[in-house]
Amino acid sequence: MQRNKMSRRRFVATTAAVSAAAVAAPFVRTANAAGKISIGFWDHWVPGANNTTKALVEEWSAKEKVEVSIDYIPSQGSKNLLTIAAEAQAKSGHDILAFPTWEPQGRAELLEPLDDVMGDLIKEHGKVNATVEYLGRYKNNWLVVPATAGSQIKGPCSRIDLMKSLANIDVKEMYPAGGAPKADAWNLDAFLKAAEACHKGGKPFGIGLGTTSDSVDSAGAFFHAHGAMLVNEKGDVTVKSDKVRQALEYMAKLAQFLPPDAPAWDDSSNNKWLVAGNGALIMNPPSAWAVAKRDAPQIAEQCWTHGFPSGPNGRYAPFLPYFWGIWNFGKNKTAAKSLLRHLSTRSAAEKMVAASAGYDLPSFEKLTDFKTWAEEGPPKGTLYHYPNPHNHQTLSIAAAPAPPKIAHQIYVQGVQTKMVARLLKGEKMDSVLAWAETEVEGFMRT
Amino acid sequence: MVDAALSGAQTEAKPAVAKSRPGMLKRVARRKSTFAFLMALPLIVMIATLVIYPAFYSMHLATLNKSMERFVGFSNFLFLFKRQTFWNVVQQSVIFAVTAVLFKAIIGFIVAHFVHNIPAKGQRKWRGMLLVPWVIPPAMSCLAWLWLFDPSYSAFNWVLAKFGAGPIPWTGDANWARFSVILVNIWIGAPFFMIMYLAALKSVPDQLYEAASIDGANWWQRIWYITLPMMRNIIAITGLFSLIVTFANFDIVQILTAGGPIDLTHVFATWSFRLGIQGNDIPLGAAVSLFMLPILGVAAIFILRDIAHRGNES
Repeated sequence: MQRNKMSRRRFVATTAAVSAAAVAAPFVRTANAAGKISIGFWDHWVPGANNTTKALVEEWSAKEKVEVSIDYIPSQGSKNLLTIAAEAQAKSGHDILAFPTWEPQGRAELLEPLDDVMGDLIKEHGKVNATVEYLGRYKNNWLVVPATAGSQIKGPCSRIDLMKSLANIDVKEMYPAGGAPKADAWNLDAFLKAAEACHKGGKPFGIGLGTTSDSVDSAGAFFHAHGAMLVNEKGDVTVKSDKVRQALEYMAKLAQFLPPDAPAWDDSSNNKWLVAGNGALIMNPPSAWAVAKRDAPQIAEQCWTHGFPSGPNGRYAPFLPYFWGIWNFGKNKTAAKSLLRHLSTRSAAEKMVAASAGYDLPSFEKLTDFKTWAEEGPPKGTLYHYPNPHNHQTLSIAAAPAPPKIAHQIYVQGVQTKMVARLLKGEKMDSVLAWAETEVEGFMRT
Repeated sequence: MVDAALSGAQTEAKPAVAKSRPGMLKRVARRKSTFAFLMALPLIVMIATLVIYPAFYSMHLATLNKSMERFVGFSNFLFLFKRQTFWNVVQQSVIFAVTAVLFKAIIGFIVAHFVHNIPAKGQRKWRGMLLVPWVIPPAMSCLAWLWLFDPSYSAFNWVLAKFGAGPIPWTGDANWARFSVILVNIWIGAPFFMIMYLAALKSVPDQLYEAASIDGANWWQRIWYITLPMMRNIIAITGLFSLIVTFANFDIVQILTAGGPIDLTHVFATWSFRLGIQGNDIPLGAAVSLFMLPILGVAAIFILRDIAHRGNES
């Protein structure tokens, strides 16, 4: 009798191949009728959130009889940026792709205009904020649709107890759950005093000064609050202005009360800072609070997400939208547009918000009243002000209003945070401004 | 008898061979070199697809404007020459690669001697253990190092604090950050030098050392006059190989510091990635990455010429 014996080497090879196939295999739904469509969604941080987008796509697929294939592409290691760059080069890839903040402008010539879809969505859900327009439109055409999944505001997440005991600020009273903010006194001076008090109390504010997006976004909001811009909307370099000096002087003062290693912080540092109970405030969407809820519930119970302090130019909060776009070389654009409409309905947005425990944000003005934000806790109402329901702060992005291709470089290179880090190192203000001016001039290449 | 039989068979077979003389194709197919070429063909195709084509494509990209619509010749390179950050990257890349390779070579040489002198019975165990840093995927080991250097929760700082020292801003201060990335590179790369040097040490004939001992040579003289000359080619090849790999390093710097603080730990690969992929300026990113080519090309020419020269002498 002949026995088939599998060698160890062959067993390992087969197992590896099967595992690789299982891991790499995308979700595919076959409906056998109105063609095929492939989608590259952002791989959500929140466990289970991908299931909601999958269910929504399945629902649409069953109705429209379109075969769908979904890949969830992570942003860790810029994998999504690599995918976008590769598909743009190859002029081949997914029909619908998730584009992070600056990518639509960089790929404008390769994206299918979506004016018809956006026109209808704006009619239905109200206007989108100015940052979404700035990033999603090119030459008066909508390039993309703002995605609920992945879009976020990076406002302050404060410790109720520490802000009260160390800085004598009641954040719940200032931003009451279910009510309009009473934050007139919450300005840059009050913020600086609170930072100093918490620093003295051994619980400094956890704001990074590195070059990753959390650090850059916070610095950008402080610059906006001063009306400081490195390049104006016409593309003129405005680094050596009084407002930029004022913003830098403020940031330098604030930096004294931040952790000494803030220039080395990345996007996880502030989360760890909060969860470990080291500080009284960080600038982050509710993901840090969600981790605390799981790992350090006693800290999560003391967290309150609220608005930015106001400055001489107003109150600005960093808003990072994600977008869904369709390549103009896509094979099934009609089906892709139909799916984008389906994913942008009120009920779809509400499901995504619920699945992400309030992290995801729709960009339309009538979609900021979902019960998830009002009811999530503990403490109940901690996320009520996260979607800016009373529109009391301007949602902005660092380096705006420079032309987006220049602003993208300023943002990615972290020029604003590097200016602060240089000041902290003891470099003179004029030298820092001269350095920034040279850097920014370099971004003018076409 | 057998020879006779064979020669007879050959004589009889001749007319048949003459009738069906193998064609050119068959003769080429029978050659050993053809067989070798066919065996190597998959590798050649792979290298052509994954190395040669991308290399030429990146040269092409480096000559395009930012929006990749028109040819701009060497403009991207000339632009880079005017940037302070670019010269910082050049300086850091040279410091990073030269320092790391030097220390990897020294540590590898010393450890190889230690391992060589361990009795054969236990040597295999030590060799295996010492190779671990080199065998672990760098992305994984770098994450472990990242936790050790973490700005706020560094395990090293925790230990230092027990002795009343620190904390050290491992990745927050430019000099410490440089030290940290070089240290990790040495940790990962030294075992490669160790194993190469160990192989070279084992090939040095014992008789040479015995003769030197009889002549009264001390430890240092044995190293200087026997070991080092016998290992010269291996040292040169290993150094060159490591220099190329270290200059092109990406993962260690990207994971530990991402080029910061204030761009002072960027090397060519991380800066190229920042500009090309994260900054959406692919031509400029390609131009930065190509700067490694002449530097490594010149180094390779000198080192390989030296090796060939010594080969001819021997």
